[in-house]
Amino acid sequence: MESVRVRVVYFGIAKDLAGRREEEFSLTAPASTEDLLSETEKRHAGLRRLRGLARVAVNEELAGESLQLLGGERVAILPPVAGG
Amino acid sequence: MAGRPKLASGILLTPDEIPLDVVIRSVAHPGTGATVLFLGTVRDTGEDGRVRGITYEAYVPMAEKSLAEIRSAILRRWPVKKVTIVHRFGRLKLEDISVAIAVSSAHRAEAFEACRFAIETIKKSVPIWKKETLATGAGVWVKGKEIVEASSARRK
Repeated sequence: MESVRVRVVYFGIAKDLAGRREEEFSLTAPASTEDLLSETEKRHAGLRRLRGLARVAVNEELAGESLQLLGGERVAILPPVAGG
Repeated sequence: MAGRPKLASGILLTPDEIPLDVVIRSVAHPGTGATVLFLGTVRDTGEDGRVRGITYEAYVPMAEKSLAEIRSAILRRWPVKKVTIVHRFGRLKLEDISVAIAVSSAHRAEAFEACRFAIETIKKSVPIWKKETLATGAGVWVKGKEIVEASSARRK
């Protein structure tokens, strides 16, 4: 099976819930950002509380719910923001 | 600090104190009759009580992009002369300035409106988070708003 490797970066409360800033994931192709979110929640159950609240950015661009991942992307988990 | 930032791009994310004189000078223009400066500062009270300081975290490359988008949106929508937006990250104390927005225009109305738009849009479309340090020493992430594209932000 072909696999899709991506780098995940956690911000804000997601970093605390995951217990790290970033890590690698290897998913079975074809894989979407939605699949990736499920995998992050399997590894770090605490991240489940961000369901429906956090959004993902793929290579620094906000992504729709089920964007296809090709491998090599940098996927950021963005909890609700609070700048200003 | 390695030299003063010139703010040529009108956008800056910085861990250093915001140089207000540079911010104000960056929007100078002979056609300007009004300059509005908005400053966001660290307050001693939060959702969970007394606050001692705030640590700002930013996804820097993406935050720079969305600040630049907000700035371009303003320049397209209002007849203002110049816009500068500076946001800090890292650990800030009470009363520290976390964000500075300067807008210059021929007349005051559009400068006030554009400045208001900038801060409201920053709060929902720039990947920046804050963790309040409470009087007890505990750290609490501010709840925040679901992030939306800067380009989808509507004029008020």
